[in-house]
Amino acid sequence: METTHTSLLKDKFLELYQKEQEAIRGQATPLVNRIRRHALARFRENGFPTTRQEHWRFTDLSPLLNTEFAFDFSNQSRNIDVDKIFTCDVYDLDTFSITLLNGWFVYKHAPLTRLADGTIIGSLAKAMEIYPAIVDQYIGKAAKTDQYEMAALNTAFLQDGLFIYVPDGVEVEKPVQLINIVNADHPVFLQPRHLVIAGKGAKLTLVHCDHSLTHNISFTNTVMELFAEQDAVVDHYKIQNKGRNSALVTNNFFHQKRNSRLSSNIITLNGGFTKNIMDVSISQPDCVSEHYGLYLVDSNQHVDNLVNIDHMAAQSRSDQLYKGILDDEATAVFSGKVLVRRHAQQTQAFQNNKNILLTDDAKANTQPHLEIYADDVKCSHGATVGQLDPEAMFYLRSRGLCERTARQMMMIAFANEVVQKISIEALQKRIQNMVEKRLKGELSICDQCVLHCNSKEPTTFNIDLSKL
Amino acid sequence: MLQIKNLTVSIHGKPIIKGLNLEVKEGEVHAIMGPNGSGKSTLASVIAGREVFDVDQGEISYMGKNIFDMPAETRAREGLFLGFQYPVEIPGVSIANFMRTAINEKRKYLGLDPLTGAEFLRLMEEKKKMVEIHSKLTNRSVNEGFSGGEKKKNEIFQMAMLEPRLAILDETDSGLDIDALKVVANGVNKLRKKDNATIVITHYQRLLDYIVPDFVHVLLDGRIIKSGNKELAMELEEKGYDWIKKETANDAV
Repeated sequence: METTHTSLLKDKFLELYQKEQEAIRGQATPLVNRIRRHALARFRENGFPTTRQEHWRFTDLSPLLNTEFAFDFSNQSRNIDVDKIFTCDVYDLDTFSITLLNGWFVYKHAPLTRLADGTIIGSLAKAMEIYPAIVDQYIGKAAKTDQYEMAALNTAFLQDGLFIYVPDGVEVEKPVQLINIVNADHPVFLQPRHLVIAGKGAKLTLVHCDHSLTHNISFTNTVMELFAEQDAVVDHYKIQNKGRNSALVTNNFFHQKRNSRLSSNIITLNGGFTKNIMDVSISQPDCVSEHYGLYLVDSNQHVDNLVNIDHMAAQSRSDQLYKGILDDEATAVFSGKVLVRRHAQQTQAFQNNKNILLTDDAKANTQPHLEIYADDVKCSHGATVGQLDPEAMFYLRSRGLCERTARQMMMIAFANEVVQKISIEALQKRIQNMVEKRLKGELSICDQCVLHCNSKEPTTFNIDLSKL
Repeated sequence: MLQIKNLTVSIHGKPIIKGLNLEVKEGEVHAIMGPNGSGKSTLASVIAGREVFDVDQGEISYMGKNIFDMPAETRAREGLFLGFQYPVEIPGVSIANFMRTAINEKRKYLGLDPLTGAEFLRLMEEKKKMVEIHSKLTNRSVNEGFSGGEKKKNEIFQMAMLEPRLAILDETDSGLDIDALKVVANGVNKLRKKDNATIVITHYQRLLDYIVPDFVHVLLDGRIIKSGNKELAMELEEKGYDWIKKETANDAV
């Protein structure tokens, strides 16, 4: 049922659109504005998702929407010196770094950078002005606004975010790092929009970090469209380490063409409420699509990962591995769906979700799902929800490890299966370290931040290892 | 070193060990033999500290201390070692990391400084040579994907690393071919010292050709019904457990 405040917020969005139309449309291309109007109509029709929708059965947005949010349609954040409030401390990770503050591209160097090899990295708003042909060729082609309500809302209000275009045959050496910062002294609702294009045979590594530098309520609803053209190789990492009062919905739409390889890896270390939607369309044969996730949640945090993979073409392989450790009253949802269409012969699709519950109150809902219409395929799915293996615990203790150490060792080992999929060594080490700190109860969301928390008590989330 | 008096153990109300007595002194090797279900593995588990069993009666003292006052990890740090019949696979935990943690936790308990990385590696190389395991095994996850023989060799390697005062080897010979059996037995023999002791639990006499026991005990239905020297093991092998059942039945008459 649509609750009163969600329908109020829906009305507010529709009203805002009318009022702020000019600012919202900005320099967007006519095509983008057509897509926008279509999405707005969808949003008007469907509103916010409710628990009646299959994708949202175990995740209720409505309590999060009961807030007086502020909106920024004209980019108040543009000229803030972001270095003063945030520096990434993965020292040996040499990246091309981009920062979004409250959903807007921060003009640190230039709004758009065109590298010597033709790669374009920068602000989507600026790209719509300067490279409208490239934007129009791709934008809206992957995002399924008819199917996903939150993607429709994002599209209706799309203004700015990350834009990357890697021309055919170009390998971008440095990983591109997107740092998404929320920092406001009042509740904000943000909708960054990202468009990433890897041309034929192009190679790109994208590291996407979500941080909140505030204890205030924030709601981020982001859409990323990512296109991997023929023979392209794209690795996408997401690190989510956000405050207890932050809500994050990420709608990720990946489109893969012939013989492309795509991997995604979502590490959720903290976040009051997190919903990640990965929707992958494999439209041509011989692709590889790998999707990994790790979530470590406690207190009353909630994380929901939805992975939809559509095998439309033959001889491709998709692999999903999502693992989670839940403490206190934390809840997690995993829904993985693999659709193998009739012509997608010789598809290999694997799906696995494993959860460890540290308390009786923690809860995991897992729904692996295969829908297969081709007859020559190799598919499997599996899901487990359980506790640490008591036999293994005894084995470790019988060698002299105390319970706490044994439990930590097993949880770290459990998590490492996902962490080891990270192919950038510096990033893997750093994340391994963060995961270990997180599992030992030593990681604060303010670990990343240099200044902000001087004024406030750091927020730490301890997974209490004494419980089992 | 180890004294067991009138031990009675049950699981879920079902009695398994029914009044068992045993004494093991420094430098001795004891073999406990018996058919399946006689309580051999339960005895090993109770000594090592597995918590699923209920100790209904009796006492076990180890190095003069009541063993039931100590959790499993403390027993291990006090020098007790259990070689598992079915070593557990622990994906993601490397043997090297596991052993380093185990040794350093033990050293901390004993008031010693932790081993440095270099010291640990040296120790590991030395022990690997001693128990004839190839070098790559220790980089792998604990027992993950190991063959039966590799798992048992890994138990002996861990034993060598931890240098226990009292080692209990629970059917270490089961599932081993003769070459693996020799390697395991060799390892155990090399680790024998004047001040440590070993309890070998086995179904068959075969292992005792390689690890020669000072005492042999026959466990039947939760009790040690006969003790003797290594000749007893040979006799048992020849005549089978039915022989000893009859013999003790006659004794009772």
